[in-house]
Amino acid sequence: MSLRILMFLAVMSAVTGSPSSTVAPEATSQNQTVNPTGAAVDGGVSPDSTNEIQESDLNEPQEDEMETGVLNPDHYPARRAARVVQHYLNTRYGSPYKVFHLDTVHSATAENVTDSGRKYQVEFSVKDMISKKSVKSSAEVFFPKLDEATEKQLQELWYQQQRLQQQHTPVVTISCQEPLAIDTKAQEEAWYQQNKVNQSLVSQNLPDSHGHIEPGMEPLWHLGIVASSFIMLNQSTENTLYNMAQVANVTQLETENEQLKFEYDILLHDMVSQEIPRWRMQFTWSPTEGVRVLQMQHLPKCHNCKLPETN
Amino acid sequence: MKMCCGALAVVLLLLSVDAATIDRVEYDYFKYHPMDEITKWMTQIEKDYKDIARIEDYGHTYENRTISLLKIGLETGQQKKAIWMDCGIHAREWIAPAFCQFFVREILQAYKTDPKMNEMMKNMDFYVTPVLNVDGYMFSWQNNETRLWRKNRTPGPRNCTCFGTDLNRNFDANWGTVGVSYDCCSNTYCGTSPASEPEAQAVTKFVGSRKDDFLCFLTIHSYGQLLLVPYGHPNFTADNYDELMEVGLAAADAIRQVHGKNYTVGTSPAVLYSNSGSSRDWARMQGIPLTYTFELRDKGMYGFVLPEDQIQPACEEAYEGAMHIITYAYNKTFNGAVATAAAAVWSLILAVGVTSATLM
Repeated sequence: MSLRILMFLAVMSAVTGSPSSTVAPEATSQNQTVNPTGAAVDGGVSPDSTNEIQESDLNEPQEDEMETGVLNPDHYPARRAARVVQHYLNTRYGSPYKVFHLDTVHSATAENVTDSGRKYQVEFSVKDMISKKSVKSSAEVFFPKLDEATEKQLQELWYQQQRLQQQHTPVVTISCQEPLAIDTKAQEEAWYQQNKVNQSLVSQNLPDSHGHIEPGMEPLWHLGIVASSFIMLNQSTENTLYNMAQVANVTQLETENEQLKFEYDILLHDMVSQEIPRWRMQFTWSPTEGVRVLQMQHLPKCHNCKLPETN
Repeated sequence: MKMCCGALAVVLLLLSVDAATIDRVEYDYFKYHPMDEITKWMTQIEKDYKDIARIEDYGHTYENRTISLLKIGLETGQQKKAIWMDCGIHAREWIAPAFCQFFVREILQAYKTDPKMNEMMKNMDFYVTPVLNVDGYMFSWQNNETRLWRKNRTPGPRNCTCFGTDLNRNFDANWGTVGVSYDCCSNTYCGTSPASEPEAQAVTKFVGSRKDDFLCFLTIHSYGQLLLVPYGHPNFTADNYDELMEVGLAAADAIRQVHGKNYTVGTSPAVLYSNSGSSRDWARMQGIPLTYTFELRDKGMYGFVLPEDQIQPACEEAYEGAMHIITYAYNKTFNGAVATAAAAVWSLILAVGVTSATLM
């Protein structure tokens, strides 16, 4: 009799487990533990064990590991390539009243171009943030292979001066006419005339800390995005994802010719490094000519600026 | 004479109470609030919802400020299952603390009106940290130059004059391996060692000491409109990856239904970039099954400086996404087939036991 009671108790405890817990979900019983060197205990593949991790190894896969063939449109290689197309579209078609932003990547492919770089083909939609019109299109993006020196320069966070480098700019070819179809001529002309007469536009912090843009200053903000697209296009690689974070400062400069001329201090955001590179640029703009960049300069990060006392 | 004074005192008291009620302004959940206002708000919430909300201080920052959370749930005297949510690990992501405050307001209101939430509050506690990186958040409020600060405010090690460690690279989860910098001036500086930072230690200690209670760990960031699942290291896959993706995709559907915004779901190395030392990865490695990083609005047009007129829609959609995950975790633990099966086995055992006893 006592044996049967023991069996009964054994069966009970086996089924119900610890009396104080509720039924545990499946996953908590299988811990994915990882020891400090990074080797997985269950599942997964251990990385090559190495005690000398080079900083360059810490970021993105090397070129020969980059995907080729059909890409997942939600994954970062396709998204980064499509972002470059957005920058290109803004340099070509953007204005104080027209700014494109990447909406969706529909499909993408990638291939290695032996010894010279990598080529992406993307189908995407962009939206004009002002008219809210969506444009579907396709494009080719070629990322030239970078020599070691240029690669190093691009990875460094605070080089003093960076003139427009043609040789590493991605090359974009689009196949759509639609960006031209959004008609903003009247507003552009009106804004142009207004500021041709009074050459004294000045502003800071567009948007401000709370995301607010002073009424009437939106065209200056839009123009900032368009102009910074030249920088972002120039600086883009497969290892960057740029957006303009903020216009820190705008000053309109006097000209005697047909163009309006501006100096902008712009803050970019690179999602991959999470850095906020600061650039100063001078450029002209007119409704017919669009943006023409005169100068662009990377300003060093200010680490030891005198900052206000913390409370 | 005495009665007159007494009556006067009562009248004055009533008037002052009335005045206080009239004067107290409704908290504006759709504006960004500096730290001192958030702290005051937490105190007010604790006061207004005495029976289910309590502030717990669980750590301090480098600059010795208190890190606090709101514990929300019915006090039962027993150890309960729990949900973790933290906001503001990165200083500049102001929409995240705004969301945590909105989330608290929503669940407290739902507690009164929604039987499901009422039931959840009985069986679970919600631990919500509105601002984890207090020093960084306060720093980002100082002026236009500091608005885009990301890290905490620990001074750099010897030979480095820069400040701050990236708290979301500092957790003990494949620390220092991928997607980090060893340069203390970098925005992805992972710190001097795993969990070297007091803010990371606070979470590690609090969650770590009751890790088996947590069903769900949500860490809120911006921007990008993403729901990221573990792991940040490209060579590791969570053993419940399929479940994480299924629940995540359903949460993204719930988000889309609110205002039409698309959130992409996937591991960080797939949709964004590889990284290590994130709080989400650490939480998953503790065995917490459902861990997600939310990257809220937008997709880069405004980025970190999301306009205040977008706070409400951003919060509403994120709330639906978060609640989908939380409800799934809750149902899996407390309801449905599992409970029924357990009941059936119990009945069988009891029947066998009774029969054996009878036969003897």
